[in-house]
Amino acid sequence: MTRILFRGGRVLDPSCERDEIIDLLVEAGRVTAVGTDLRVDDAELVDASGCWVMPGFVDLHSHLREPGQEYKEDIATGGRAAVAGGFTAVACMANTQPVNDDPATTDFIIDRARQDSPARVYPVAAATRGLEGKVMTEMAALVDAGAVAFSDDGKTIMDSGVMRHVLEYSRLVGVPVITHAEDRTLVANGVMNEGAVSTRLGLPGNPALAEDVLVARDLMLAEFTEAYLHVAHVSTRGAVELIRRARDRGVHVTAEVAPHHLTLTDEAVAGYDTHAKAAPPLRSESDREACCEGLRDGTLDAIATDHAPHAQHEKELDFSEAPPGMIGLETAAAVTLELVRAGVLTPLEWVRRLSTNPARILGRAGGGLGEGQVADVTLLDPARDWIYDPAKGQSKSRNSPWAGQRLSGRVIATFVDGYRVYDVDRGPLR
Amino acid sequence: MIQQSLLGIEDLEREDIERILDTAEHMVEIGRRDVKKVPTLRGRTIVNLFFESSTRTRASFEIAGKRLSADVVNFSPSGSSLKKSESILDTARTLDAMDPDVVVVRHGVAGVPKRIADVLSAPVINAGDGAHEHPTQALLDCFTVRQEKGRIDGLTVTIVGDILHSRVARSDIYAFLKLGAEVRVAAPPPMIPPCIEQLGVKAYTSLREAIDGADVVMALRIQNERLTGAFFPSVREYSATFGIDRAKLRYAKDDAIVMHPGPVNRGVELSHDLADHRPSVILDQVRNGVALRMAVLYLYAGRRPVGKRETE
Repeated sequence: MTRILFRGGRVLDPSCERDEIIDLLVEAGRVTAVGTDLRVDDAELVDASGCWVMPGFVDLHSHLREPGQEYKEDIATGGRAAVAGGFTAVACMANTQPVNDDPATTDFIIDRARQDSPARVYPVAAATRGLEGKVMTEMAALVDAGAVAFSDDGKTIMDSGVMRHVLEYSRLVGVPVITHAEDRTLVANGVMNEGAVSTRLGLPGNPALAEDVLVARDLMLAEFTEAYLHVAHVSTRGAVELIRRARDRGVHVTAEVAPHHLTLTDEAVAGYDTHAKAAPPLRSESDREACCEGLRDGTLDAIATDHAPHAQHEKELDFSEAPPGMIGLETAAAVTLELVRAGVLTPLEWVRRLSTNPARILGRAGGGLGEGQVADVTLLDPARDWIYDPAKGQSKSRNSPWAGQRLSGRVIATFVDGYRVYDVDRGPLR
Repeated sequence: MIQQSLLGIEDLEREDIERILDTAEHMVEIGRRDVKKVPTLRGRTIVNLFFESSTRTRASFEIAGKRLSADVVNFSPSGSSLKKSESILDTARTLDAMDPDVVVVRHGVAGVPKRIADVLSAPVINAGDGAHEHPTQALLDCFTVRQEKGRIDGLTVTIVGDILHSRVARSDIYAFLKLGAEVRVAAPPPMIPPCIEQLGVKAYTSLREAIDGADVVMALRIQNERLTGAFFPSVREYSATFGIDRAKLRYAKDDAIVMHPGPVNRGVELSHDLADHRPSVILDQVRNGVALRMAVLYLYAGRRPVGKRETE
């Protein structure tokens, strides 16, 4: 039997509001004891002093690109990038080739993850066939196959009638419908946030209004249908406010925000760096502040990476043609620790948004380190500085706006099911 | 001090602009000679890298280069030879290996000249990128105004039309402001870019107010096909409200001049009569364009020693 004793770490467990220096014992894939001065003879000892011991992070939003675009990423490399970033589970979006809109593709992803990925992989299935926004997918069969949620992420279901029925039908299976909320007619040919910077750069603008309008619509539809709506990558002040008000009146809605929308603004586009191109785009400072405030007050439940790998030759296209998105699994923790240092979140609230809340949203194990809970554990040294070099990272792609930057806070080791799957010195162990 | 590349007027200081305009004065004289050629750039290679089709600007750069005795190569990867998916940086690296002395870049998307300049060892001259900048157009506009008015300081310049999609508007705004003019823009509201006043201009939706007391009225080309219906209801309504004719011009100063970057949609942004006759100075702009581009090529291409790579 594998036994691991985490000794002397600061255990941060939002599921039971624990924040104290204490030992943690893991046996056979479960947490079996939390206490001071635990003594176990034959356990592997992990010296966690100076480190944070946390339930493994759960990413609600990543693009693992398999099947179909393995030159960008695959389930194995995406899974390794996940554990290197402290994520023990990742939900992967359906915009693969073929689209994950039938149980066979969902099966394939789960099967491949079981063989190749050190992290748990939860497939998000398409809400409509081919992500075309017209015909809904076989949700019951997809959930049976293992789909955890439905989303046409990358695209928006523009037809309000279709979205209404998708939400209504999702009540049959009881999983969230994740909306990528951008009104395509308002986005038009926009490639960056519309505002003073887009005017100066001469790039077509994508207004915050495009997100606000669609979030407002989807909240109204969720309220009307009494379905469970999850809003992906919130990026605007307006959307945060709309979600806050909907939550107040009892709409069943949760929401996530990406590290880049919490820490960067459209000023990052100033040199026409396509690594700063994302969908939704990097917004204004006022939007960024509103996202931080929404995360602080709980309007935004989770930090989700929107890990979106793209090959170098794709990011070398002109700014309009280059695909949007950036990789984020390996940097999310360090980048968002800025919010802890800035006093926006306590360490415990930070862990809640990276682990406990996303696990709850997906209805999956994890998110806590109480006795009997699954032993998905992330060990992080909050004071350790490192320089992020995507070429030395685990992802196949290198499209990161943080390349070459000094980051503070590093994942030291990651454990899934009580097994060490990542070690900062040795890399991924699977 | 003039930088390695000319990517936009935003990056220039007033002295840089004046130096380019002063240099262009000398180039005008060369254009009046029987033999319109000087050996200044002999042995230099200028590549006109035009991803977006252009006859006027390319011809202007080509003539400018040839009058300075440079070898001018036109490279137009637009159309069939360049699939959209080919990386612009690949094109730039390929070109760099051929060791040009200056590369003139035109592209339909903002920022491409800047990104090419980042990987190229030769200087890059931006010949227009998306709705970002078209610096040589603004410089020749300033040159023409200076020629007509003797100064730019204190003048009022009104730019009328599709400000949103116009690189000429942005470059003109920067250039005229830096040289001390007051700049106004006027357009139907959907064609006024957000936060445009942060650039230091005043935005108007009334043409009459915008050209009231103006010394220079600059009309911009309206792209009928693309914009009609989406940004304004019809060509007829546009020309009635924002088209410049002699009646509307009465609100400007008596000696106001009319400019246009070309090609003109006659009867749309300018009346037929104004397109051809004073106070419009459109052909002077074109003529000055050659001299101005000679000055730019001289100042930017002439700075690299022949046969020696500066950046190695």
